[in-house]
Amino acid sequence: MKLLTGKIIPIIALGLLFAGHYIGLFIAPTERMMGDVYRIIYTHVPAAWICLIAYTLTFFASVYYLFRNKMGADIFAEASAEIGVMFNAILLITGSIWGKPTWGVWWTWDPRLTTAAIMFFAFIGYLALRRFINDPERRATWGSVVAILAFIDLPLVWYSVKWWNSLHQLQSTPQTVDAAMVTPLRISAFAFLFLYIWMVQVRYQIGVKRLEQEQALPNPIAQGEQS
Amino acid sequence: MSLAESTNKSPSLVQTVWLILQKDLRIEWRQRARINATAFFAILTLLLFSFAAGPQAALLEKQAPGYLWLAIFLASVLALSESMRLENDNEALEGLRLLSTTPVAIFLAKAILNSLMLWSLGLLLLPLSIAFYDAHMELGLHQAALVLFLGTTAISAPGTLYATITSKLQAREVLLPLLLFPVLIPGLLASVKAMTLIYTGDPMQQLPSWLALLFGFNLIYWIVGGLLFGRVIEE
Repeated sequence: MKLLTGKIIPIIALGLLFAGHYIGLFIAPTERMMGDVYRIIYTHVPAAWICLIAYTLTFFASVYYLFRNKMGADIFAEASAEIGVMFNAILLITGSIWGKPTWGVWWTWDPRLTTAAIMFFAFIGYLALRRFINDPERRATWGSVVAILAFIDLPLVWYSVKWWNSLHQLQSTPQTVDAAMVTPLRISAFAFLFLYIWMVQVRYQIGVKRLEQEQALPNPIAQGEQS
Repeated sequence: MSLAESTNKSPSLVQTVWLILQKDLRIEWRQRARINATAFFAILTLLLFSFAAGPQAALLEKQAPGYLWLAIFLASVLALSESMRLENDNEALEGLRLLSTTPVAIFLAKAILNSLMLWSLGLLLLPLSIAFYDAHMELGLHQAALVLFLGTTAISAPGTLYATITSKLQAREVLLPLLLFPVLIPGLLASVKAMTLIYTGDPMQQLPSWLALLFGFNLIYWIVGGLLFGRVIEE
């Protein structure tokens, strides 16, 4: 099991990442309208998918923590949110790089872009809050509440911005993308998924170690924030 | 009926909310300096926006609804964090919990108090924004009051929850807006859009859609806030 998570998953992730991006950059055909600029989708689209999966799992882990008070769920929620924020940053940066040559602007107030940005700040807030709470159980409870509130906001942000303004092209699905472009996209998506699993697993272990250290401290130091 | 008397008869949720609300309103009234300071801060913000936009009357008039709501948003951070700071002095919240109150009642009372404060602030800022920015209202005052009401209740439900969480932390001044503002974006958008329609007129009948969005936002956050508040204040 340790070999699988410690060695095999990262090897699969990096192998798929290389294969997906190699096919995407050098073998997949050039897009008729956008030219080579479109190739950024092999990073951009999987980052969006994995980011959403990461936040969704943070949400479910937070709900689970509030019902069962299992610290493992909270450590997982934080790990998943951190990796989600990383993919979210990749999503925003690659989207912006793609937007400039395609739309002529680095940024526009389209529902998906705006939701991605709000998502980023909402979960940065979640991670920031956790840094200021020293008591592990209180951190887990308050963190879970904040994660739930941030997550249920996402559909509301999406719909409100959609009504407000819309420019983003239709979402890419295997039906709207040429078959030769779909294969590297799928490979990249699996690469990001394995990357996520590996990173969450490593981050989870760090979280467990940190909790053990915190619980080993005498109480007045561990609960220092109630001043 | 005092809170102590009512506890013997185990009051209903509505009675408990009303009693806590009365207590908080009395405290607010006795400390009027705090309400005044928040109101003047909001008015000052309205003025600052006009300096940022320059003396272009047409631009200011166009942006008036947005500036009005931003002033309410920025002032709400002060009002919300102050409302919960009171409860932390002398462990007042602990005292409330020891009485036969439920977390839902405490949440509702606090959120209603914050709504009332912010709504009053909105009603004060509305004529001032019209005066400062030379704006005109095409629709009626009752519709403007309704938008202000729904917009401020939308701030209060998640705001009360987040203010309770951050009030005990050292970095509360930074954390409250960092947590609150991203969540409030749909509420801000809907409020600004609805208020713009009130200022400019609504020939396409779009106002009901934005009011429905605000109502939905309120419904979700008041229910979720009530459900989660118990876990937030538990020791």
